[in-house]
Amino acid sequence: MTPALSLHFPLARQVLLTTLLLTSVLAGCSRAPRGEEAPFVPATDQEVLERVPARAADPGAREREALRQRLDTAPQDLELALKLAQAHIQEGRAKGDPRYLGRAQAALSTWWEQESPPLEVRVLRATILQSRHEFQAALTDLDAVVREAPGHSQAWLTRAVVLSVRGEHAEAARSCAPLGGLAGELTRAVCLAQVQSTAGQSKQAFAELSKALVAAQGGIAPTEQAWALSVLGEAAARAGDVPEGERLLKQALALDPQDAYTRGALADLLIDAGRASEAVELVRSYPEDDALLLRRVLAEKALGTAEARAQADTLRTRYAASHLRGDSLHAREEARFALGVDQDAARALSLAEANWQVQHEPWDARVLMEAALAAGRPQAALPVVDFLQANGAEDPGLMALAQRVRSALP
Amino acid sequence: MRPTPHLMVFALLAMLVAPVALAHKPSDSYLFLERGGGGVQGRWDIALKDLDEVLVLDAQGDGAITWGELRARGDEVTRYALERLEVASEGKPCTVTPAGDSPVRVVRHSDGAYAALFLAIACPGTPQELDIRYALLFDRDSQHRGVLRVTGARASETLLFTASRPQLRTSIDAPSAWGGLGTAVLSGVEHIWKGFDHLLFLLALLLPAVLRRSEPSGWEPVPAFAPALSDVVKVVSAFTVAHSLTLSAASLGWVFLPSRLVESAIAASVVIAALNNLFPLVRGTRWAAAFALGLLHGFGFASVLAEAGLSSGSLAVTLLGFNLGVELGQLACVAVFLPFAYSLRASFLYRRVLFVGGSVVVALLGCTWLAERALDLQLWPV
Repeated sequence: MTPALSLHFPLARQVLLTTLLLTSVLAGCSRAPRGEEAPFVPATDQEVLERVPARAADPGAREREALRQRLDTAPQDLELALKLAQAHIQEGRAKGDPRYLGRAQAALSTWWEQESPPLEVRVLRATILQSRHEFQAALTDLDAVVREAPGHSQAWLTRAVVLSVRGEHAEAARSCAPLGGLAGELTRAVCLAQVQSTAGQSKQAFAELSKALVAAQGGIAPTEQAWALSVLGEAAARAGDVPEGERLLKQALALDPQDAYTRGALADLLIDAGRASEAVELVRSYPEDDALLLRRVLAEKALGTAEARAQADTLRTRYAASHLRGDSLHAREEARFALGVDQDAARALSLAEANWQVQHEPWDARVLMEAALAAGRPQAALPVVDFLQANGAEDPGLMALAQRVRSALP
Repeated sequence: MRPTPHLMVFALLAMLVAPVALAHKPSDSYLFLERGGGGVQGRWDIALKDLDEVLVLDAQGDGAITWGELRARGDEVTRYALERLEVASEGKPCTVTPAGDSPVRVVRHSDGAYAALFLAIACPGTPQELDIRYALLFDRDSQHRGVLRVTGARASETLLFTASRPQLRTSIDAPSAWGGLGTAVLSGVEHIWKGFDHLLFLLALLLPAVLRRSEPSGWEPVPAFAPALSDVVKVVSAFTVAHSLTLSAASLGWVFLPSRLVESAIAASVVIAALNNLFPLVRGTRWAAAFALGLLHGFGFASVLAEAGLSSGSLAVTLLGFNLGVELGQLACVAVFLPFAYSLRASFLYRRVLFVGGSVVVALLGCTWLAERALDLQLWPV
């Protein structure tokens, strides 16, 4: 019939045999399946399923394990429990994995439910509570600690940060004051600059912290320097000096590459500046960090890349898993996601409003105003506008948004 | 919230950490329960990260948990988990045992790999309510949560085990056999329509149905509708019988094949079926080829069925329903395709464009899947 369809038999057989051979070879050396939700049996024993901290090369992991075994036999040993809890919190901070905070809490279980446990337990408990956004409970502990031990610099600092997240800037600033005598003038200055910048007075924060850094030149520990540069950089960006903000945040990140907060702040700066591809590069290697993954999704979305949807789905699944376990720790990020990725202004607004009940940082204010404007309900952002005015906020980004809200009001 | 650095403090502590905002997913396990197989069936997904913390799965200490390391410890993992789960009904304890020969599999959640344990729960009588006591990991991680999802006939319920509330009561109503069957049939139909690879495979088998081989080499239109219909019925039935056999064998736990291998082989079968249209190898007895490849596709269906969570009702009802659904879905395709193809069979359009072009497209798509699945590549934008 049609000569085009006729082919030599041996050739056809070769094609089929090659295909079969190729299949078995390829399947034999296949790697981990991608995003499979159905349970499966991996193809080979060598297939790597999960990455965990490498015990063989991690003396910290072995030390925590030894401490835990000792604590199992002596659960009332306060010193042991504090040591283990601290080690876990420190590891959590380095790895970004909240499991370590749960492990720290487990180490403190003998005292956890007590109304007035030993002071050091209260400080650690406050650290764990605030990470779960239980700010009021954390403040109860911290207030008690600074009352009983006014020389506890860590408690003063943590208290200042929690208060400023809550929007209680005056009290937060008062909590920074004792740090000068206890931990050094620079620590006090960074604490204060962070509070001022959170309150929307970033220009002033930048000027004062710059002065303190000049005065303290030399003799600063790298962690403290990274912290100072990060606060300074974010203040610069909020005050409208984007190039200076970028320079300082990059400098801070160079000193402490594990600092996810600074990395996220720099990614936000780049996205706002229309440099989304640089933002993607900055956060690409941190897929497990939901906050950094959000920046990646927002940036990929801005670039219109093919990967945007898969990344967004991963994040959406994580938010759903978080709700399933009864958490609402992501409200701010979810509001940004709803607004920037799903373009669902109504949902973004209700998330941003719920988030505003809990925390009052500049991003909380920004996302609520943006969502209210996008949803055509500017009056929903009035609490933010009033809050900014009452706190004497001057930062240009926030002021411009507040102005847009005012002029959109009926 | 910005984390602040370690500060030197006095007291007995050397170093402290202030505010931390940790943005990774915390520790959760997922326990799915439903009535089926004459009792209650379950699947329990536990993060490998968590199992590693309590059982040190990473035997080499190199920071990577391999399937070999997990498989070797499968029984221990199961024992560890089952010791921390108590189920009772009306005050009498139920027995919880691993289900199947190879109870530990792997499942991926948004934050990584989990061990999936398959459980069989046997209670005295037919329980209406279950009292479940959950004690996994709370002693090690106070923020751990157990997410319990109970699937009933009409609705599913999600409950949460926490360190402060480790005991829950849930009702587990008995779905009617018909309810289970309906769900399974739907799941089978849905799979045919959503599983693009099976549809394409079917298309590759159907394309030549309205043509017949003419020697020495080539195709000519069939003279009547009846032989075409009978050919299609033979091919589709052979395929259905074959996949029913392997699907049952896999679901009953008699045979296990790695899913990657199965998925890759299914992609290869699509390629082979399409190539066989262009360079006919298997002559006359296409139903035999359909049977052989159907055996393969049955293993693929098994993973779909596992995903559907071995739907309510007994396993036999579920299997029957799913197979019926697949058959119905296929018949619907045939009903649409065959009259259309029959009327066009003698045209240039059908024989040269649809038949040859269609087979080439199917073969190419199959090749793409084969490469994707076998090599774990992503060739299509999501």
